[in-house]
Amino acid sequence: MKTSSSGYWGILIALALIALIGVAGAHHMDVEGHHVSGMTNQIVWGLPHVFAIFLIVAASGALNIASLASVFGKQAYKPLARFSAILSLALLVGGLAILLLDLGRPDRLIVAMTYYNFKSIFAWNIILYTGFIVIVLAYLWLMMERRMHRWSKPAGLLALIWRLVLTTGTGSIFGFLVARESYDSALLAPMFIIMSFAFGLALLILLLMLSFNLDRRELDASHLLRLRKLLGIFTASVFYFVVVFHLTKLYGTQNHEFESFILMDGGIYTFLFWCIQIGLGNLLPLALIYAPALQQSAKSLVIACALVIAGAFAQLYIIIVGGQAYPLNIFPGYIVESSFYDGVVNSYVPSLWEFLLGFGGLTAALLIALLALRVLPIMPTALRAESQ
Amino acid sequence: MKTAPDNPLPQPARRGFLKGAAAVATTLVAPGIFLYRTGQAATSLNRQARWGLLIDTNTLSEADVDACVSACRREHGWQVEQDSETDAQWVRKVKLTDQGSGHQKFLPMMCQHCENPPCVDVCPTGASFKRADGIVLVDKHTCIGCRYCMMACPYKARSFIHEALKDQLPVAPRGKGTVESCTLCVHRIDRDGANAVPACAEAVNQGGRQAILFGDLNDPQSEISLRLQALGGTRLRADMGLNPGVRYQGL
Repeated sequence: MKTSSSGYWGILIALALIALIGVAGAHHMDVEGHHVSGMTNQIVWGLPHVFAIFLIVAASGALNIASLASVFGKQAYKPLARFSAILSLALLVGGLAILLLDLGRPDRLIVAMTYYNFKSIFAWNIILYTGFIVIVLAYLWLMMERRMHRWSKPAGLLALIWRLVLTTGTGSIFGFLVARESYDSALLAPMFIIMSFAFGLALLILLLMLSFNLDRRELDASHLLRLRKLLGIFTASVFYFVVVFHLTKLYGTQNHEFESFILMDGGIYTFLFWCIQIGLGNLLPLALIYAPALQQSAKSLVIACALVIAGAFAQLYIIIVGGQAYPLNIFPGYIVESSFYDGVVNSYVPSLWEFLLGFGGLTAALLIALLALRVLPIMPTALRAESQ
Repeated sequence: MKTAPDNPLPQPARRGFLKGAAAVATTLVAPGIFLYRTGQAATSLNRQARWGLLIDTNTLSEADVDACVSACRREHGWQVEQDSETDAQWVRKVKLTDQGSGHQKFLPMMCQHCENPPCVDVCPTGASFKRADGIVLVDKHTCIGCRYCMMACPYKARSFIHEALKDQLPVAPRGKGTVESCTLCVHRIDRDGANAVPACAEAVNQGGRQAILFGDLNDPQSEISLRLQALGGTRLRADMGLNPGVRYQGL
């Protein structure tokens, strides 16, 4: 592997510093208590959870390329399979680090690992996440060790099934919340799976292009075109699921108030929905991906990926924070007031500490992925044009 | 080959001796045990109690509900200070205005001590738990502060402790970074059994009035059961099938 670019190490050092600042932010929240965060007894999951769920969902989807190669036998994706696995691991570790550091008692990690309530989807997720790390590590080794190649297919199949279950679990953290109109939908599980495909692929394409660019390796347009088409299908599928989710909610009269909150008069959430999630995050990337004139444009693909990621953050912010901002309907037919913010839309202003923690987790994930690229034989030396 | 028995006494005689010894031991030790148990003597040992509250919103004034909240605060040592969005509220005053008639009423809202509590279902470590007598509590030693129970509770009954606490009371141990809620004054119930009166009820049941009635929902002869049979009571979010232990009249 070429180790020419000092820019690479510069990026790694910058990422490490940002991740360290994130740890410092988390430490401050831990010492002072969550009152220094923007979270309250009304909005109990905030910006750190948006970052964490983004990373965990993207981690599952980032493994798609490896699955396509190992399980579905698509040879064209084979050169990127190891990178796909490494990125998946890195994103999951980053996301879990955020979740852990945002706990009220992060020092009780050992309790979380030893006391299980098997009726809790959260407890299942702890097992699914740690299991995923073990399986993908094994899968990666089987792909990298030549003598073990034949075992990479069954390992890839196991990893594929595992991550589908894992993302079902992540979506169900919200889908199983029957008390809140904003959640309580079986659709959230498959929607999170398709979101994982789009978000994970967008990150993978960006990092692939960054890495090849830094090392000045050859990356033929045919490879990018294939990934571009895949991203188009995934982004359109996310759009489809969002439409069906809201149509389902809109059909029942009891959900009309919640829907008008998200779609019409929810302030920041309505803005994020129409402008960032749908406009910038779904429709514009689809236009960029499918515009005939831009098919060979690498720049348009970079922009499309960045927009998909921006849309992802907006979508998760609406699901996680917006879902809590909308008040619980405990007393139907009454106007409700209380000292505990019953009956009002709850406000949430993220604090610097939460941003540092969330962003720190994201940079830690990128740091792990880029560092692995530097020290392990993961990325092909070139992705040349193929004769297929 | 036959061997002589080690024990010179025939079997029935040995059994008789053991029975006698057990009887003597019971006579000597039992009074101590039963003395110790007098606090719970009112509860039949054969039948499991299920503690509940019946709140009569028709007789509660706004001042009454304020008195409930203050009594709970004094009893458990929680305050709502400068930043009330992050302060714990074990019980809160809710003002309801009928959308049609404009009729207003006030009620205290706290943990509803569900028979099927969603907070217990979702808790990853089992820190949220329901006692055999129906009281839903948080084990402060295994709560990791994930707040999933707060997401799952349909009643917004739980609070997360956002900062370090001082001047805690012995009856209500609390801790930064964990979740807490109404305990139904479990310390009083463990001391006084069916004769217990939670602090909120004590604050409003002055002069023979029973605006908040505490009792055993499993005992058909208890006052709370008799009043529920006679006058009925509303379960909040009954559609969810959680069967809360707290019932309201006048809704």
